[in-house]
Amino acid sequence: MTKKEALINYCLRIADSSLILGQRMAEWCTNGPTLEEDIALSNISLDLFGQSRILYEYVSELKGGDTTEDSLAFKRNEREFYNRLITERPNGNFGDTIVRNFLFDVFCYYFYTELSKSTDERLAAFAEKSLKEVTYHMRHNGEWIIRLGDGTEESHEKAQNALNNVWAYTDDMFEMDTTDELLISKGIAVDLKSFKDKWFTTVEDVINRATLIVPNDVFMHKGSNEGQHSEFLGHLLCEMQYLQRSYPEATW
Amino acid sequence: MIREVKTEEELLEIFNAKISDGIKIEPKDWMPEDYRKHLQRQMSQHAHSEIIGMQPEGNWILRAPTLRAKVILLAKVQDEAGHGLYLYSASETLGKSRDEYIHELQTGKAKYSSIFNYPTLSWADIGAVGWLVDGAAIVNQVSLQRTSYGPYSRAMVRICKEESFHQRQGYEIMARLAQGTPEQKEMAQDALNRFWWPSLMMFGPHDADSPRSGNAMKWKIKLESNDELRQSFIDKTVQQAEVIGLTIPDPDLKWNEERGHYDFGEINWDEFWNVVKGNGPCNKQRIDHHTKAHEEGAWVREAANAYAKKNN
Amino acid sequence: MDTQGEIWEVFIQSKPGLAHKHVGNVHAMGKEMALQNARDLYTRRKEGTCIWVVKHQDIVSSVPDDDGSFFEPSNDKIYRAATYYEIPEGAKHI
Repeated sequence: MTKKEALINYCLRIADSSLILGQRMAEWCTNGPTLEEDIALSNISLDLFGQSRILYEYVSELKGGDTTEDSLAFKRNEREFYNRLITERPNGNFGDTIVRNFLFDVFCYYFYTELSKSTDERLAAFAEKSLKEVTYHMRHNGEWIIRLGDGTEESHEKAQNALNNVWAYTDDMFEMDTTDELLISKGIAVDLKSFKDKWFTTVEDVINRATLIVPNDVFMHKGSNEGQHSEFLGHLLCEMQYLQRSYPEATW
Repeated sequence: MIREVKTEEELLEIFNAKISDGIKIEPKDWMPEDYRKHLQRQMSQHAHSEIIGMQPEGNWILRAPTLRAKVILLAKVQDEAGHGLYLYSASETLGKSRDEYIHELQTGKAKYSSIFNYPTLSWADIGAVGWLVDGAAIVNQVSLQRTSYGPYSRAMVRICKEESFHQRQGYEIMARLAQGTPEQKEMAQDALNRFWWPSLMMFGPHDADSPRSGNAMKWKIKLESNDELRQSFIDKTVQQAEVIGLTIPDPDLKWNEERGHYDFGEINWDEFWNVVKGNGPCNKQRIDHHTKAHEEGAWVREAANAYAKKNN
Repeated sequence: MDTQGEIWEVFIQSKPGLAHKHVGNVHAMGKEMALQNARDLYTRRKEGTCIWVVKHQDIVSSVPDDDGSFFEPSNDKIYRAATYYEIPEGAKHI
């Protein structure tokens, strides 16, 4: 693997995660529990789409030829997507969405904090911008977890269920392979293990304040680095890519 | 607090003087009950239209053909949520809560713009909605910036400022499709064919058939009549269609030199009233969707209220 | 009773040095949510540097009946305006 190939892989993992979670959040539009929250969820979605576009642009430049942000988003199949498994989990109820996002937000928070020190200027600039966005997402979603956990009996139960269900996808966020190793050696990539403890501490703090319990002894699903997904991703792509696939000759 | 008690006649005189001097009416001012009722109906209908209007456009966010188109559409639909919110806020100053207004919407007591009861069947419909439906709405809203009720007027000023990009995004979609493949052009023309007449209906019945308009004009809630606004929309839009090579589906449409306006064919008012009465293609779907989301969010609101009470 | 929360009035400072200006309101359950909702609704277009939220019910307002007694007595006190004074020709920086 060349450095360039590794960099492309690396960017796709980040950009695909933002895109897929952005699409999930867009599903909330017109479905929020209050009008204000509907707007807030769309804001998160817009931030995530924005993030994915920055790195798809970078990948397009690295790949050259006729690769564009849209060919990357709309013309790849399931096995060619490298988004973290947690991002493709279905929205479920509002609690499922909030918990899923929060666990990923905290990951991104520490990840982007480190990535902003990357020797790759494009990645560093991306991380610096995204860090501001994700800091807000983490606050927004974290506040919601506390409200739901410490709200009513029903909301407590729903939040705990959400946590129990999605926890199995948290280790996948920290998976690394030769792509990471190669780029870490050049000061480009982040050693994900370096902040796993911090991630856990922050998550645990919010979970405790929400009067919820951290799940333990959970089997961990992995595979995003190899493009091994759940069945849910295919359906998401099917919907998202419909027009580009139906009219391959058209430009929009 | 010690104050002189004024009679209803005196209060009405003060109110009328303000209206005729162009001084805005503010929430704490005395106002005739009919004025309040008219505003409650009109403003909440306007708010509901923004909120229900999110659905036909939201229908394509997940399927938008490019990332650029996707973020633009999502931002636009989100703006509509914001505009609905500004309008509910303004409506709440009339002494009714957002929850009451929403209850009226969900139980069919309150109406919203009938245009949103038509389905968006293709991507071109998103173009048509932006170009025509927002275009028609903007004509109306620009006029309403000068409405006599302060909070309504302020909401309109804010909305008009934010909506400036909405019509352009729709027109841009249409223009691109019209220059695209034959299939795309056909898609664009089909969308124009389906949305043209319903867009004209958005301005409401002819002035002669609009019984409530009289009071609304007298109180300067409305400053221009349905027919005037409709005409102004048509006059603007015809040229825009020509520029991108699409045909407006009205054989009677032609420039009238003498009037300085376009003449146009008769609107199918049976269709209009049918949709208003609830028989449009999507009436039930729209309200069901709204109600379902509202009900599914009940436990969340309950939790947040419970938490706020505990941690005040 | 199912509600979308209390009403909070929103004031935004559009850049450092300027006064906070009333922009509208939001519904929210609690302070933090009010602040976030205000941020999400009223600063979507780079519109602010600081937000205040105040519970609507905590605002005390004068009423139109007070207009005359509150505001008109100041109308004839024109000596409070700088333009009221005669300044000798040629005097600068005053």
